[in-house]
Amino acid sequence: MDFTFTDDERAFQDAISRFLMTEAAPEALREIWETDAGRSPDLRNKMAEQGLTALSIPEEAGGLGMGDVVWSLMTQELGYYGIPDSLADTAYVSAGLIAALPETVADRNGWLEQIAEGSIRIAVGHPVNPLVADAHLADFTLLNHEGEIHAVPRSLIDVEHNASIDSSRRLCRVMWEPSNSTRVADAETGAPIWEEALNRGALSVAGQLLGLAQRMLDLSVDYVAQRKQFGKPIGSFQAVKHHLADVASKIEFAKPVLYRAAYSLQHGQADAALHISQAHVACAEAAHLAARHGIQVHGAMGYTWEVDLQMFMKRTWALESSWGDRAFHKARISAAIFADDAPLGPGQTFGRS
Amino acid sequence: MDLNYTPRQQAFRQEVRAWLKDNLPAQKLASYDTCEGFEQHREWERKLFDARLSMVMWPEELGGRGCDLTEWLIFEEEYYGADAPMRVNQNGQLLLGPTLMEFGTEEQKKRFLPRMAASDDMWAQAWSEPNAGSDMAAISSKAIRDGDHYVINGQKTWSTRAIYADWAFGLFRSDADSKRHHGLSFLMVPLDAEGVTIRPIKALNGKDAFAEIFFDNVRVPVENRIGEEGSGWHVAMATAGFERGLLLRSPARFQQPVRKLVELYKANQAAADRDPSIRDAVMDVWAGAESYALSAYQSVGRLARGEKIGAESSINKIIWSELDLKIHETAMRILGARGELLSSAPQNQDDHGWLEGFLFAQAGPIYAGANEIQRNIIAERMLGLPKA
Repeated sequence: MDFTFTDDERAFQDAISRFLMTEAAPEALREIWETDAGRSPDLRNKMAEQGLTALSIPEEAGGLGMGDVVWSLMTQELGYYGIPDSLADTAYVSAGLIAALPETVADRNGWLEQIAEGSIRIAVGHPVNPLVADAHLADFTLLNHEGEIHAVPRSLIDVEHNASIDSSRRLCRVMWEPSNSTRVADAETGAPIWEEALNRGALSVAGQLLGLAQRMLDLSVDYVAQRKQFGKPIGSFQAVKHHLADVASKIEFAKPVLYRAAYSLQHGQADAALHISQAHVACAEAAHLAARHGIQVHGAMGYTWEVDLQMFMKRTWALESSWGDRAFHKARISAAIFADDAPLGPGQTFGRS
Repeated sequence: MDLNYTPRQQAFRQEVRAWLKDNLPAQKLASYDTCEGFEQHREWERKLFDARLSMVMWPEELGGRGCDLTEWLIFEEEYYGADAPMRVNQNGQLLLGPTLMEFGTEEQKKRFLPRMAASDDMWAQAWSEPNAGSDMAAISSKAIRDGDHYVINGQKTWSTRAIYADWAFGLFRSDADSKRHHGLSFLMVPLDAEGVTIRPIKALNGKDAFAEIFFDNVRVPVENRIGEEGSGWHVAMATAGFERGLLLRSPARFQQPVRKLVELYKANQAAADRDPSIRDAVMDVWAGAESYALSAYQSVGRLARGEKIGAESSINKIIWSELDLKIHETAMRILGARGELLSSAPQNQDDHGWLEGFLFAQAGPIYAGANEIQRNIIAERMLGLPKA
């Protein structure tokens, strides 16, 4: 029993964090988000150089062969620095989905190699999401037709853009025709793969929400330490302190929930869906509270376009209903814990003993 | 990261489970806040000690069996999962014990810890005073050196089960001219010493759950001091604050009532579902207890890696105390109009004791450092916000 990360895993996270701190500063993101595409090939190339796109690609396909547990650290960094959907959807969710495809799919290994080297963008159209993020610039989109999996190239897709409150989001309604040439798995093969993709997407969003929560907390701490009223920093007032202490508590107690969920998915555990929904709910709650209390302690400045807090609040409000909204995940938790064989009580935390 | 128990850990779980199955009292013990119940619990503690299960993480020579914290978590899971009795001497075993381990002399450890593990000595705390509650540095009770003794004068209060206890431990001002955190010493005082008067305080559950202790020229030998004279604040604060907080309220202690709350909800589902927020509250406390358990395992792992855990322990206190409240509030909402009935009432259908737990849960956010104080600690020490 060892519920900790290795020093190497933590060092990797720190390296990615330092890299994104310089390469993905809010001013840079604002410029990228202003563009139609909303994405920067330059930033993507740099992230590939850092190994981010190769993280969970098998070693034989040129990747680093890591799993969901390490991704649970990385998605927090992606959230913290407001990195748009395309990276995690390609390098994490799609990579997992494609790796799960049968070896007989001709392009499978080639796609994995391209993900690892950072030369491809892939979007995922899971039915749990009404729209597909980043389908407009994806080389191809993985789509669901009556349970089948289709890999549909950009040229065969029409997209209708749907603007989001989160300026980083590029949501598309996707119009396409299924055909034999786009199908990569039939419905029977596809069912568990779609299920796993849903869980991985939810886990990816959970990690990003937790990172967003931490970013909003850090911004708020900085602000209340320097903003003065009544002759002293407002951060010295108990009412303000307690708002932020509550956010810190939510974050601290969501972290192990996220890590356990990642471990359960990586190791194919029976309660993985329950654990992932618990993580999605816990991380969304932390981020939601960080936004609410964050804007409160920022006062009117928090309601401006100029102050960066708004970028992370809006991304929170978008992501907290992504890859399963709260009702979806609550329903999964409900089904699991009120079942006759529910894993309840002491000693059940890490599997049924 | 490896979330599997080792064979040794699994074997330990089975051993504890089997022992509890064979040895649990046939009848539920009376409340340990009564004279009769206190003695029943003392007997139970003796039985645990004889099986070397009262303080599993203490070294063998001090009455334990040298378990690590993961094994301790496993013990707690089995213990609370079996509905074993509440631990009557935990204020000594879990609060003073670790302090003695870290700051006590070898002689003090040998003298006090095995008897504490066996509950031959029962311990009460003597921290709070009428004018030193949340502001503990305002302590004014004095312990003035007179040769090889201290002479104690003053008053302590909110001392849990002190009317039944044999000893008390706490902070006293050994330098009469000192202020705040300075000049305090950490002393252990036998409660049968001349000049000690203990007056029970009736708690809102009607029981003598805590007491005031008056000291009138009470003489305590110098060897009853832990740490250096004048360094009592440091001793009281430095002792593995995190471990102490975790030990006092292990996650299993909340996972077990959550399991029962789910059963209570299912048994009364039709009535409970008239208010849809009840089902959501049950799910919420399930998630709370699970995340508390996960956080505990994570912290134990970090400690095993040699990491230090600081102000995060203040988060623990807030989480478990508010969780305990919500668990019991939800149970009371499910019980509805019968919830108010005392266990003696013929129409009482609450065989778990939700009402008693509900009352006790009211105290959680207040004792062991009010939650407002914990939030200040988080804001100032974790987040680095300026002091008021």
